[in-house]
Amino acid sequence: MSLRFQRLILILTTLVMLGAALLLILFNTKQNIVFFYTPSELIENKITSGVKVRIGGYVKKSSIKKKSINSYEFKITDNKNEMLVFYYGILPDLFREGQGTVIEGSIIDQNTVNASKVYAKHDENYMPASIKKELEKNNQWKKEYK
Amino acid sequence: MFKFLVNPNKFNKFADITLKPLVIITLLTLIAGLILVYFSPLDYQQGLTVKIMYIHVPSAWLALLTYAIMTIYSIIGLAFKIPFSFIINKAIAPIGAVFTILCLFSGSMWGKPMWGTWWVWDARLTSVAILFILYLLIIFLNHTFENREVREKTIAIFILIGSINLPIIKFSVDWWNTLHQPASISKLSSPSIDISMLQPLLVMTVAFSLVGLIIAILRIKAEILMRKNYL
Repeated sequence: MSLRFQRLILILTTLVMLGAALLLILFNTKQNIVFFYTPSELIENKITSGVKVRIGGYVKKSSIKKKSINSYEFKITDNKNEMLVFYYGILPDLFREGQGTVIEGSIIDQNTVNASKVYAKHDENYMPASIKKELEKNNQWKKEYK
Repeated sequence: MFKFLVNPNKFNKFADITLKPLVIITLLTLIAGLILVYFSPLDYQQGLTVKIMYIHVPSAWLALLTYAIMTIYSIIGLAFKIPFSFIINKAIAPIGAVFTILCLFSGSMWGKPMWGTWWVWDARLTSVAILFILYLLIIFLNHTFENREVREKTIAIFILIGSINLPIIKFSVDWWNTLHQPASISKLSSPSIDISMLQPLLVMTVAFSLVGLIIAILRIKAEILMRKNYL
């Protein structure tokens, strides 16, 4: 085997080993890297009150209540469990019922959170507005498109 | 046939032939892309804001592509001792940095109205920010070490170590919960982006690649000239 191919193999093995090591570290510190928990994960882990968390899920249909100006109450769900969220502040454009959302706040009890920040999560679907109208007209609009 | 990719003289000849037609093609593609973007439909969720995507996504792809090219040239340079690969590494690092900052900036502009925040520390955004820092460090490293061989080897090794970040950026949205949406186009099922939006996006990607390529050719030529005259 020529010297240059020995070097090539050395470089490639080093890269693979380094990559594997890094990925092992990343996957074992998953809790520090995930941006949010789902309501089910939170309820499973029995997180005590007062802890600051980010929770991600969908805004439950017809659960948004406007209590006063800039004061909202809604439910966040992952289709298994849901949590009641209190929020005082401005909601982002994409925040609407059935849309994905991530909230940041402190837990009050098992099922309620006091949110300090609300982000809207956009999914990977891009579609012209005109097509949505067409689909709705023909009753082809699928629920999963939100 | 592909000798121009590793040989400076062949590269110069190749560049002299291709540069002019390339500029014309680039201009045409860029104009076509911008017209397509102008007439592209509004998104059913985001409305007008979707048009930021036509800047954001091509620059993100090219930021990754530039680093991938640097990685390949680092392997070639270190294993086969081809000095031209280090010239390329030095020449295209700033291009990658610019594409990364474009990606971060346009993403931020999109994030404020859509997510409700300029920036969050989720896995995708953080790994791209790390990519930008890697580019900056590579540029800085080019100004260290008097000894050229030591410098070039150090940079190549640094690029190789940093290349581990590439799969992390790509798969961060699948491996972890992130605020950033998962991939719309490079996934196994059919792309979840409508064809009327995919077309302008692809044309813009080609246009961005060509602009990057032209700057790369000019920078590589300049670097070859400088080494011939001063070394």
